[in-house]
Amino acid sequence: MASDQNSNSRTYFWNDQKTRAVLYQIVTAAFVAFLGYYLISNVQTNMAKQSIASGFGFIEKEAAFEIGESLIEYSAADTYGRALVVGVLNTLKVSLVGMILTTILGTIIGVCTLSSNWLISKLGTAYVELFQNIPVLLQLFFFYALFYEIFPGPRQALNPVPGVFITNRGVDFPVPAPDPAWTWMGLAFVAACIIVWLINRWARKRQERSGQQFPAFWVGLAILILLPALTWSLSGAPTQMDVPELKGFNFQGGRNISPEFSALLIGLVLYTASFIAQIVRAGIQSISHGQTEAAMSIGLKPGMVLKLVIFPQALRVIVPPLTSQLLNLTKNSSLAVAIGYPDFVQVAGTTINQTGQAVEGVALMMLVYLTFSLLTSAFMNWYNKKIAIVER
Amino acid sequence: MNDLSKPAHADEIKPPSTEVGVIGWVRHNLFNGVFSSIATIVVLGGLIKVLPNFIQWAFIDAAWFTSGQQCKEVEGACWSVITQNIRFNIFGYYPYAEQWRPLLAMIILIAMLIYSRDWNKWNKRLGYAWLFALFVMGLLMKGGLFGLVPVESTKWSGLPLTLLLSFFGILASYPLGVMLALGRQSRMPIIKSLCVVYIEMIRGVPLITMLFMSSVMFPLFLPEGVTIDKVLRAQAAIILFTAAYIAEVVRGGLQAMDKGQYEAAESLGLNYFQMMRMIILPQALKIVIPPTVGILISAFKDTSLVVIIALYDILNTTKSILSEPEWTGFSTEAYIFIAMIYYICCFSMSQYSRRIEKELEYKHIDNDDR
Repeated sequence: MASDQNSNSRTYFWNDQKTRAVLYQIVTAAFVAFLGYYLISNVQTNMAKQSIASGFGFIEKEAAFEIGESLIEYSAADTYGRALVVGVLNTLKVSLVGMILTTILGTIIGVCTLSSNWLISKLGTAYVELFQNIPVLLQLFFFYALFYEIFPGPRQALNPVPGVFITNRGVDFPVPAPDPAWTWMGLAFVAACIIVWLINRWARKRQERSGQQFPAFWVGLAILILLPALTWSLSGAPTQMDVPELKGFNFQGGRNISPEFSALLIGLVLYTASFIAQIVRAGIQSISHGQTEAAMSIGLKPGMVLKLVIFPQALRVIVPPLTSQLLNLTKNSSLAVAIGYPDFVQVAGTTINQTGQAVEGVALMMLVYLTFSLLTSAFMNWYNKKIAIVER
Repeated sequence: MNDLSKPAHADEIKPPSTEVGVIGWVRHNLFNGVFSSIATIVVLGGLIKVLPNFIQWAFIDAAWFTSGQQCKEVEGACWSVITQNIRFNIFGYYPYAEQWRPLLAMIILIAMLIYSRDWNKWNKRLGYAWLFALFVMGLLMKGGLFGLVPVESTKWSGLPLTLLLSFFGILASYPLGVMLALGRQSRMPIIKSLCVVYIEMIRGVPLITMLFMSSVMFPLFLPEGVTIDKVLRAQAAIILFTAAYIAEVVRGGLQAMDKGQYEAAESLGLNYFQMMRMIILPQALKIVIPPTVGILISAFKDTSLVVIIALYDILNTTKSILSEPEWTGFSTEAYIFIAMIYYICCFSMSQYSRRIEKELEYKHIDNDDR
């Protein structure tokens, strides 16, 4: 090894660390480039041989397949592009609903596992152990089978609440008949949310300035309920409901949640909740007991201790792994393809089968999910910066 | 309260019976407060309603060794769906007369795993034993030597396929993951960025897209006339996928290492490979054993996804039993059985990781005392 300046001249260039690093990198880059070139040229020959078109031209072509459920207008005469958008929207739908439900359920179970009640904590632990150790795909199959095997046909529909029917074709429930009043109510609700936010801000500022407290929670709740209610009665108080009715072999009217969606949602929520429960438990346990004692000793009530001291600190530990679990839920929603829910992977899979353009199809799949995860990690970075401990 | 004055026979006075024993335990653990009491009563009520019904369904009214027709008249669970189809369920399309071979291979695998669970036994001899065991298992599965009938790998299915995919998935993804982690820590910009792109891209997409890639896209990548069979392609997808997750875990271990370790190793004159092999990796990999086992458990569970590309792992053999007219309608029972198999495997892995975690903690304390 060269230890002083003079011996540097006697070092061969291949013994120089920097030269070697450059060499290694050139070799690696060349290898990767060659591999890429080789694979792409193979793809081109193969595609030419099987006379498969390349490029994304197929997006403009007619899809010619039906999609079971869709948030936007779609028929088989629409383009592949529109079909793929339907798929993305379906993925987003099940992921967003799933994220909300699983966060709530997971938090409840996580708190349960820490309960001082032996029965509750054991039940919580048993839940976590059970659902974590069974593949989510198996759970999806299980719940889907439950729907079409256990639940009766439309003629013998289960009717737990008047107007709601559970059958092997999903859950049918009544929705209010269309009326302009509902639009106004929606607007009123948004307005109420903005007002409540402003009141909260004002109340906090006033408390910081003068120490006086304002019952912001109760006032806010009243505004949130009363403002839409007032709009409803002012715009004619419509009470017409669109109730599902048995006509022929199936229900007409109302809204239907398909068994595929329900099974996917239930499976994803129950599975992810077991992981979130563990994260929440670890988060709460990470706050030392001294924090609670200190907060109590300055005279905070137990509720305030939780809200002002424990929770903000526990969130710092909880949120990063929680976000990655929610992202996992989104990625796992691609298992929809196994039970026939038309999510993005299913639509893209059908597209690949029809056009034969596997490379473009798989690339699209990866692109969509990569976008989701990039957005998630952007959120996480923003959040981590926001709540990072400010150090001197 | 008789404040400071001590009663005459303090040690003879027993605590009140409501504080110790069964009653005390019940009071402290089930009825400590209003909410807790209500919760206990609600939960107990629910259990009393559900449990007897479940036991009635699962055991008392159940059919165990009947045909599918007889099962349909039984009130309770139809476990016959498993008992009558157990060989197809476990071994799938493996030739019926040769099914002792995968069974023996699985027994060897499990025995080897149980024997090598204690890492104090890890030495060169065990390594050779593993090589030999792998060779025997491969021979048993594939055949073609010593008078064993050759069996195409397309016929491998059921539990052996699940174990094969997960075992080799884990085995091969581990070194690849370690290499990726080292590449990500590297000071060479091109290697580092290649590793970062690979890891982040794989972690950003679901395993299904990788499996789709292996089943529909990969054949296009191969030169004409070359085909790789489906099991191997799925295996490759699982390995490439798991490696990215292992890499992130290992990177955590590398970052947790004290910088002094690197400096000390360099000052001894060790080169990069010696430093990594002898100083850094043995310590870093030990720190991350618990999260690694977590990754391995999910890799094991994720092998079930090969159902989607129509490979017959144990979940898919179950599904094809359920699609026979004789056995339709008994999915609950069949899926419960499969769930139990997965549960036992995953649970024992996580127990193992917990035990190692404890062992590591003890060692840590020992070091501090010294």
